[in-house]
Amino acid sequence: MSTLPAPVVAYPLISDWIRFEPDGTLRVRTGRVELGQGIATAMVQIAADALSVAPERVRLVSGDTREAPDEGVTAGSLSVSVGGVSLRFAALAARARLLERAAALLQSSTDALDIVDGEVRRSGMASDLTLWRLAEEVDLAVAITTDVPPVPHTLAPLPRADLLSRIAGGFIHDMRLPGMLHGRPVHPPALHARLLSVDVDALAARPGVAKVVRDGDFLGVLAEREDDALAAVAWATANAVWSDGPAESLDPVAHLAAADGEAEVVLLKGEPPAEGTRFSVEVSRPPLSHGSIGPSCAIAQWSEERLTVHCHSQAVYRLKAALAEVLGLDPATVDVIHRNGAGCYGHNGADDVALDAALLARAVPGRPVRVVWSRADEFGTAPVGAPMVTRATAIVANGRIEGFEATATSFTHSSRPGPGAPYLRSAYLIEDGVPIETPGDIPLAAGGGAERNAIPAYAIAYQRVAKRVVGDIPVRTSAMRGLGAFLNVTAIETLVDDVARALGEDPVAFRLAHLDDPRARAVVEAAADGAGWPGTSADGAAYGIGYARYKNRAGYCAVVARIEVEEDVRVTDAWAAVDVGEAINPDGVRNQIEGGIVQSTSWALKEAVRYEGDRVATRDWETYPILTFPEVPRITVRIVGPQDAPPLGCGEAAQGPTAAAISNALAEALGVRLTAMPFSREAIVAALSA
Amino acid sequence: MQSFAFVVNGAEIVVTVPPETPLLYALRNDLALTGTRFGCGDGLCGVCTVLVDGEPRWACQLRVWEVEAKRVETVEALIAEPRHPLVTEVLAGNAGQCGYCLSGILMQARALLDRTDGVPDRAAIATALAGNLCRCGAHGRILDAIERAARTIAEAA
Repeated sequence: MSTLPAPVVAYPLISDWIRFEPDGTLRVRTGRVELGQGIATAMVQIAADALSVAPERVRLVSGDTREAPDEGVTAGSLSVSVGGVSLRFAALAARARLLERAAALLQSSTDALDIVDGEVRRSGMASDLTLWRLAEEVDLAVAITTDVPPVPHTLAPLPRADLLSRIAGGFIHDMRLPGMLHGRPVHPPALHARLLSVDVDALAARPGVAKVVRDGDFLGVLAEREDDALAAVAWATANAVWSDGPAESLDPVAHLAAADGEAEVVLLKGEPPAEGTRFSVEVSRPPLSHGSIGPSCAIAQWSEERLTVHCHSQAVYRLKAALAEVLGLDPATVDVIHRNGAGCYGHNGADDVALDAALLARAVPGRPVRVVWSRADEFGTAPVGAPMVTRATAIVANGRIEGFEATATSFTHSSRPGPGAPYLRSAYLIEDGVPIETPGDIPLAAGGGAERNAIPAYAIAYQRVAKRVVGDIPVRTSAMRGLGAFLNVTAIETLVDDVARALGEDPVAFRLAHLDDPRARAVVEAAADGAGWPGTSADGAAYGIGYARYKNRAGYCAVVARIEVEEDVRVTDAWAAVDVGEAINPDGVRNQIEGGIVQSTSWALKEAVRYEGDRVATRDWETYPILTFPEVPRITVRIVGPQDAPPLGCGEAAQGPTAAAISNALAEALGVRLTAMPFSREAIVAALSA
Repeated sequence: MQSFAFVVNGAEIVVTVPPETPLLYALRNDLALTGTRFGCGDGLCGVCTVLVDGEPRWACQLRVWEVEAKRVETVEALIAEPRHPLVTEVLAGNAGQCGYCLSGILMQARALLDRTDGVPDRAAIATALAGNLCRCGAHGRILDAIERAARTIAEAA
């Protein structure tokens, strides 16, 4: 623990993070928000452990622009490695200062002092000092420093304290504010569709409608009863006339495959080998829908010159800035407060629905308005995970890969709203709105978007990696769990398998021969060992492996998949090994890896957003199926690696390795390589008959 | 507006709502039982699963008049029971991530355990949950929790 993480530099005081309240609780602030990933539990664990107080005493304030620190976006698997580490610095600094004071009062050395649930003990004996009493006389509005002693962990990992409260309530969807109205937008059927006509008077006369809002091409209704709002929207959807788009259906993957604009080289090292055999693979994934089971929801209220928005955005401060810009407000008059949404896997409709709620609530000052998107809005209006095509080439000489080249062609993985970036769906619709714009991708220094994990983890002397970001499609694309890593890891790992197969080498041994990092080797070996690699081919099954270190600097993860192929591909089992350094909450890590494997399996086998013209045609769970209970694999996760190493993010680590493992198992089973996801029944039939 | 009488979680209630109101919104907004959730409105995700006269049904697909004089049970009844094994095991196994799908899954599981003699096997549980979607990928833990709960219930019987 030598340098302070960026959030501590921005919020340098202990009191920016931690306060001891008169009622014997600990008020802990974090800019990271609970997205269903269990981060709130991890934060409580970190604070309670570092200060030796019972976790029940911790009151967590997260993602609230009125008081929580601005930590940007809760994304990129950085919540524990940056946000949690920041909080630990603050808590350890508080502990050190309070114990110094206790030592003076008790005429003891700090070494003889210990804390048990906030009570100070000297040589194991109780004293009348508590952290709360000490905090009354110690100034905690002082800078957090790095010279505080670490404290051994004493707190056993916590279960998810919030899970019970989430079974019957606890989501923003369940909030009821006094005088609340139900609002619903009537979204356009496509990004560029304009509202040609709608009978606003007839809509306002529908049963229970309190108000109709039309502002440019933005249309919405307000009602006292939610069911009345829904019925009115159904009528409006059937009766509003929108402009048509092109007749030819959008095929984003074909569009990308044909793109020939110049690619930007993001990594070039070494010299191409003088000679060698070239192996290439080109893989693709279609646009993917976030598909959260609970739709996007927000509550907005305008009162006394202030706008208050409750929502499940990943980035409350950035949303605050974007809302102020779109609505022409001073940001100081906007409060954005994070509330629980259903699972979040990237930039979904959470920010967009907040603007919808604000636009509808503006028509009824003083009254809170709750907006819940429809399932069709979730599929057709929210940003989609960017489609991609990645081409990778290995240059093989002397029985090993001596050179590697990759080009990732993609739409942007970053359309998040923020200061100077008013990329909210309805901002494009209102009278004084903003023109439709396609923002650029994320640079490699920030983890990369399209090129994330296009750099192989293997010891290869010559590497050339490039990205090509294409902007000209009528679809909003943005970040989704893993960003480019999902497809790039698939590309690299299928290529490595193809080379190993051609050389007659075992895929696991071949990888190990190219891996220098002992932690990387350990996860590959542990996953293979867990699966009993190479498995038994006699039972009609096939095995495949995939490995990556997320962003080349976060968690290490290897996955072995066992598949059976009949009419469809079935992933029956998956064995994962993961090294995240110190696993703050090991069960939380396991849960994230398990979830990542299921979701990645679903993406790889089943999912694709499809279009009719420029309109999303897959607008329900029938046309956009995801993996179901009878189809999920049995999963075993092993946590390996040094527990005294800094914690590394894990939330996105399994996405790439899982898809790669499935792809490799399929190649083993079929004898041909499938390259276009999803690996559906139709794709298999096409590959076998080609 | 029209009044409809039915039994919710053992209590006789009367709601006065537009007759075509889906049961889902009568439960959530008129009766403040928010454990029954909106997910798709098409009967394709299962988060609004309730029991009507003991049978699992999608509350988004039922109109209030269809449950008149019937017994409706929601997840609130399950968590009101002291330490019901289904709830206990889900919590003990951290069997969820965001938790949005859990209430519907718990009601579907309850219906399965009610109609099964003995302990259903894992495949039977998975089949019963085929219409309940989970996007966080907590499926394995949920199946484990239901299996454990089924054994606990069978042992107590």
